[in-house]
Amino acid sequence: MSIKKFAVATYDDEAVLFPAVKKVRGAGYKIHDVFTPFAVHGLDEALGEKESDLHIAGFIYGLTGTATALGFMGWIFTTDWPQNFGGKPLFPLPAFIPIVFELTVLFSAVGMVLTFCYLNQIMPGVKKHIFNPRQTDDKFVMVIEVNDDTANDTMSFLKGTGAESTELQIAESEWWYGRFDKKEDYELQQQIA
Amino acid sequence: MLNQEFKIPAKLKTTSFALLGIGVLTLLAGLFFLLIKGDQFAQNRFWAVLMQNSIFFLLISLASVFILSATSLAQAGWIVSFRRIPEAIASIVWVLALIVGVLLLTIVWTDNTHVYSWLDPTFNPKNELNGLKNFFLSKPFFTFWTILTLALWSFFGMKLRQLSIKQDSEPKGSTKVYWLNFNYSAGFIFTFALTLASTIPWLWIMSIDSHWFSTMFSWYTFASSFVSGMSMIMLWVLYTKRHGYLDIVSTEHVHDLGKFMFAFSIFWTYLWFSQFMLIWYANIPEETVYFQIRFHGPYRIFYWLNIILNFVAPILILMPRPNKRNYFVVSLVAIIIILGHWIDFYQMIMPTVVGPDWKLGWFDAGIVCGFIGLIITLVSNKLTTAPIVPQNHPFLKETVIHIS
Repeated sequence: MSIKKFAVATYDDEAVLFPAVKKVRGAGYKIHDVFTPFAVHGLDEALGEKESDLHIAGFIYGLTGTATALGFMGWIFTTDWPQNFGGKPLFPLPAFIPIVFELTVLFSAVGMVLTFCYLNQIMPGVKKHIFNPRQTDDKFVMVIEVNDDTANDTMSFLKGTGAESTELQIAESEWWYGRFDKKEDYELQQQIA
Repeated sequence: MLNQEFKIPAKLKTTSFALLGIGVLTLLAGLFFLLIKGDQFAQNRFWAVLMQNSIFFLLISLASVFILSATSLAQAGWIVSFRRIPEAIASIVWVLALIVGVLLLTIVWTDNTHVYSWLDPTFNPKNELNGLKNFFLSKPFFTFWTILTLALWSFFGMKLRQLSIKQDSEPKGSTKVYWLNFNYSAGFIFTFALTLASTIPWLWIMSIDSHWFSTMFSWYTFASSFVSGMSMIMLWVLYTKRHGYLDIVSTEHVHDLGKFMFAFSIFWTYLWFSQFMLIWYANIPEETVYFQIRFHGPYRIFYWLNIILNFVAPILILMPRPNKRNYFVVSLVAIIIILGHWIDFYQMIMPTVVGPDWKLGWFDAGIVCGFIGLIITLVSNKLTTAPIVPQNHPFLKETVIHIS
């Protein structure tokens, strides 16, 4: 929502990144985020991220799917439009199971994708600030939020952690749909302040 | 830390010998009271109980050969940390294979065993299309295929362990044995596909109901044996870890094994239900006869136990991540799964051989104890013969730093 200042350190290798993350957290800095070109196993634990609740949401979506399928088919075939198929009962549970299974999978999959997008604040049409264009290619980028007082201190600390390069950037800190504050606005705000 | 030698805890040794002793005594008592002195029902039960247990314990041990081959072919690193345990189980497959071979050939070549109705000289599949089935269900083919299969399984089980031990004394970084192991694994997977995953359950178990058939039966048996085999590996890993061995096995590896137990319980349910649902829906008399006695008849308790123990319990207990990383919970579920699939094999074999008046008694309990004792004795002895961690495996580092 608001525009902030970030210290951005770029690393060359995950073997350098891990000790750096440890060092930075050990020194008491709060890491805003780390961007890697691929999923680095164990990085979430190194960053101290707690386990996501996404799977609980998935379980609830799955149960919703099960209930929808059973309820809807049960209502249709027993109340709304009862029909006799080959002498089977009006509520033939085994014959319903494949559809119940499919709807459970569908609901939990679609629901989890949307929840995942919401939690990570990504969505088609949302613009995100790219700290380093090579963070999706071959570079590992660590970002720490700073203010004018802490910027110099943080930058010099990051240089000592094996970073390939460090720089200060001004960027959007949070997400909201469809709008994106520009750097010029920040400069304008600074002038007014 | 890496070259730990496994020493059998005294308690385990005593327990396994006691169980083995109970098994042998029960077998002798059964031979006398059920087979010689008993009536037709008792004789049928004698053969059926022996068949169920020997086949069940052979197949869950064989699952270790399968997981070794599959992970070797997939070049998986995670399993290397406790590879010696499935290897030890794989290398005793020959003992169980010998028992099954002797038992099945006795059943087939002895008169009046009343297990396989196709042994009856008057048996004739009425349909012209079943000409090939007459060849498949004949004494010579049964004997030939059973012996060939058991020999191949025993060979691959021993070979995979032998190669792994050979790797220990290879020069560091040498991958010669590794690729040899890869090729043997491919050979086993091929054998496995043509035997356990297709013909063998048809021949050994499904042919008890000679007129009934289901092409899904072998897959369903495979899923049953595989998930209980993984549970058995899990119990061994946790047991040895508890006694201070296998330091390099971490919660991550246990979590991965737990995932296998969870996923393959669902896979088993999928196959079991597909077989049931198609037959239930089509409602063709020659197919539904199989489920008549199991679903509506006296065996319905096993039908429901099957769903509860093999599907509901594992899926609900193992779904949360922390439960798959909790040693107590996974061992509990492993025991539930093994019990559940033992019951699954029970209801595959008993209804037709023994008839509607099922009975679980001292003979069942004793034979189960005997097989458990046999497996514990043999596997723990095998574990002492080599370091419990593969010394020189190319994936050793990968497995130590593995994160699930």
